[in-house]
Amino acid sequence: MVVAERKPIEEILDMIKEFDKVLLTGCKGCVTVCNAGGEKEVGILASALKIARKKEGREIEIDEITLERQCDPEYIDQLEDPISKNNYDAVLSMACSVGPQYIAKRFDTVLVYPMLNTSFIGGSLEHGVWAEFCQACGSCAIHNFGGLCPIARCAKSLMNGPCGGSSGGKCEISPETDCVWHLIYERMSRLGQLDKLGNVVMFKDWTTSRDGGPRKIVREDLKQ
Amino acid sequence: MKAGSNLEKMFAAGHFAVTGELGPPRGADAGHIHEKAKYLKGIVESVNVTDCQTAVVRMASMAVCRLLLDMGIEPNLQMVCRDRNRLAIQADLLGASALGIKNVLCLSGDHQKFGDHPQAKNVFDIDSMQLIATCKKMRDEGKLINDHECEGIPKFFIGAAVNPFADPFDFRVTRLKKKIDAGVDFLQTQCIYNMEKFRTYIQQANDLGLTEKCYIMAGITPLKSVGMARYMQKFVPGLDVPEDYITRLKGVDKKKQGDEGIKIAIEQIQEMKEMKGISGAHVMAIEWEERVEEIVSGAGLLPRPDVS
Repeated sequence: MVVAERKPIEEILDMIKEFDKVLLTGCKGCVTVCNAGGEKEVGILASALKIARKKEGREIEIDEITLERQCDPEYIDQLEDPISKNNYDAVLSMACSVGPQYIAKRFDTVLVYPMLNTSFIGGSLEHGVWAEFCQACGSCAIHNFGGLCPIARCAKSLMNGPCGGSSGGKCEISPETDCVWHLIYERMSRLGQLDKLGNVVMFKDWTTSRDGGPRKIVREDLKQ
Repeated sequence: MKAGSNLEKMFAAGHFAVTGELGPPRGADAGHIHEKAKYLKGIVESVNVTDCQTAVVRMASMAVCRLLLDMGIEPNLQMVCRDRNRLAIQADLLGASALGIKNVLCLSGDHQKFGDHPQAKNVFDIDSMQLIATCKKMRDEGKLINDHECEGIPKFFIGAAVNPFADPFDFRVTRLKKKIDAGVDFLQTQCIYNMEKFRTYIQQANDLGLTEKCYIMAGITPLKSVGMARYMQKFVPGLDVPEDYITRLKGVDKKKQGDEGIKIAIEQIQEMKEMKGISGAHVMAIEWEERVEEIVSGAGLLPRPDVS
């Protein structure tokens, strides 16, 4: 899933300091799963902002709505009614950064603000802890690395690691970061595939990654 | 001869080779280079010029290499993959060859997190293994990565680094082999302090016949003080400084710790000279270039043989 985290409250308060009435929109997709921008987080943020603004002596009116998804035009349409009926100064989105962009696209003259920092494609390790697993390079080859991704999980995206900074299973950039190449080595050892690791992996074709420009997938079989 | 550099000739003639290292300044002062490099002239075959080492912005390695050539010193161009994509890397390699640079050392590069611009975007389009293969393809096939033929083929003596002390230890010799497979001619090791572990490593390489396929230079960095030794032991990932060297440094007067560090370096090189599979020493006297002559001389390696 897309993993995100809420921006610091100070940054949000600064973004909305000129506004008196806003619509705060959540998303029931990935950001609900990672506890960043679902219905619950929308409620918490709305309360926090209202309390802070009351303290400042300039109260703010905040309407709340949480959409099924913000990365699908049909759900964004559900904002038509509240936006047309209320004179919002701005719409705040608690989706990943796709959400505010969809809202901006749909509502040409409405100011839109992101409430989250979209962090990575990843998963949860334990309750309250998430980690990055994929960099969306567009040509998955993890089967060559014991099922682990060196592009996303090695600090240098090395294809022939581990580098000289691997120490005690940890990456040189931080004792908190696993050396994925150490994990790859151990797993391929268990799989009896260490001989595969002895081959030099040659140049990666990055055309399918962001380097090839913004990407688009067209499924002719699904297009109407 | 692949490139005909002094370093290559020294190996080819069967001599125990010696290389040095020079870190460019964090500014545009060429005088700084002259000052440091003069201590290395005639003492080592060639001098590694680091490429923004520890991810700190410094004068470009290639420019410093050319300044060394002007001083009559052979450079080893260090090149990292952190700051350049395959376009820039190949362009720089062609330029380096045109400037008369014959030795290249292919490295991944320290992560920018350690440096003076941790906010930077890194590149890592290719890795050190693939950089070796790039140099080899350019030299042996006269082609770029995309198979375009070079007009004027760069001739490099291709080097890389290996760290016998990083983990997992059992994979380290495999990685050495991969560098040989990718096309490396010589390898310089990370600074060696744990001699026992290093002997095991070289024994493994010898057993696989790897030391006959490329020249391996033992990395030697003299310890200046107990403080430096402790720092390297605790804070430099992939370095292994055993307690006995620290005890030895502690055993002498504080002012003499540097001299003791030099003595240790000399003893290490003397052992390396006799070690099967080791073809030379890479002396990295960090900000201590003026003591390199003492080390090389103490190890009985001066004057350097003339192979020109």
